[in-house]
Amino acid sequence: MAWLNGRGVAAVNYPTGMNLGGDPSQALIHATTTGGFVITLSSVDLGQGIKTVGAQIAAETLGVPYENVVIDTADTDTGPHCMGTFASRGTHRIGNAIMMAAREAREVMMSVAATELEVDAGDLVTDGKGKIHVNGAPDKGISVVDVALAAHFKHGKTISGRGMFMKPKSEVVPETGEMDPDSCQAHACTVAEVEVDDETGEVRVKKLINAYEIGRAMNPALAHQQIVGGAWMGISHALYETTEPYYPDRGHGPTDFSQYLMPGPGDLAEMESVIIERPAANGPYGAKGIGEMTANSPIPAIANAIFDACGVRVQSLPITPEKILRGLDSLREQSNPTH
Amino acid sequence: MKHSVVALTVNGAERQVLVAPGTTLLDALRESQGLTGTRRGCDQGACGACTVLVDGKTMMSCLLPVETIDGATIDTIEGLTPMEGLHPIQEAFLEGFATQCGFCTSGMIMATAGLLARNPDPSREDAVRAISGNICRCTGYEAIIDAVLDAAARMRAAKRDKAA
Repeated sequence: MAWLNGRGVAAVNYPTGMNLGGDPSQALIHATTTGGFVITLSSVDLGQGIKTVGAQIAAETLGVPYENVVIDTADTDTGPHCMGTFASRGTHRIGNAIMMAAREAREVMMSVAATELEVDAGDLVTDGKGKIHVNGAPDKGISVVDVALAAHFKHGKTISGRGMFMKPKSEVVPETGEMDPDSCQAHACTVAEVEVDDETGEVRVKKLINAYEIGRAMNPALAHQQIVGGAWMGISHALYETTEPYYPDRGHGPTDFSQYLMPGPGDLAEMESVIIERPAANGPYGAKGIGEMTANSPIPAIANAIFDACGVRVQSLPITPEKILRGLDSLREQSNPTH
Repeated sequence: MKHSVVALTVNGAERQVLVAPGTTLLDALRESQGLTGTRRGCDQGACGACTVLVDGKTMMSCLLPVETIDGATIDTIEGLTPMEGLHPIQEAFLEGFATQCGFCTSGMIMATAGLLARNPDPSREDAVRAISGNICRCTGYEAIIDAVLDAAARMRAAKRDKAA
């Protein structure tokens, strides 16, 4: 009776966005009197960080400090349309819409600044710190605050912009089945190291090593957080979670947190993650989606590591101790038939 | 059934709460004190989102009939937060990206406050045990455990600075 060590590998290609009747997201942006930029969205931040990443994209495009941007995701009844934050589409779709809106607003901002400074708008640059000045002459400039004030009270202008990103619906080519359902694909690979107790069937995930190619990591700390949280869910799918443990018998299903098994803080694997950046041509600043894919490759990697450790190939999730013990029994039966 | 008056010290202020029999501390905090920073997750003691300190001890407020703790001192996330800025535990959670949707966060932070009050220099295992009654569905716990240890280090350093 022993703990058996095994290592498994699995990779995933994951689409960004989806292909129903077209996949749009919209963003509206306007400056307040004091040079704050409010971006109105119907997109929802459920903790994945779209507000942070959206504000980064807007600040970069406008050329103003991140702190000057306010993301307002208040109301899906009144906001510009968004299909939603799902299908790993948020950063790509909403990010692109924000970028378009910010470009349009920037044009107005620069033209007001040009009028105020009595120069050509094409000669102006932003310093990213709240100032607009003539290229090569930092002293000949005006603050974004003063530009916003002038737009509102002297020129009667709104510094605003509209952003609309849509991936049109892609029809299937009847002859070949070809279609273009997504905008780009992100890629990942996980190596899992496990040990399996051949007496109890218990599995311990010792280590997960992940590599992710996600175009550009708009916010590496948030991307890393997504990888760690997703890998934890992957472990959970692989070894713990099920709503119907005796399917097709619907009995004994978990009904609350105490019965629905997921790994706790004491069941974590050591984790090592690498992000590789190969910018996508159609992504905002090259970003692809990293949302859902993070729970994918850990699952087959763990299943492969279990096979490597003890020779049992489990074909259904979760891989419970019972399934491993039954697998070990049938391996023994095959190698040493009793009749 | 008769209502009763329960005396509590909530975040340093003396309060009297009129409650129906069986009212939980969670209900008293959220409904009658308006302290909604303490979250109602499962309402059956399985998730830890409602964690507060009762006389300095980490407790799940959804399991405590408030009539049974007359005279107790309660600390919630609102009381932990200073008038200006953030508590070192909150700073550690924020800077360590230890929160995503945020629903478990006040419970996690209060569980951390309870741990650090009795053990200012916890091991990683101590930190894991301290948050083992608290469920998080986003982070995978790693960042939270790191934040607990970071908060402990920040608070020890602050204490050293104060003594020096």
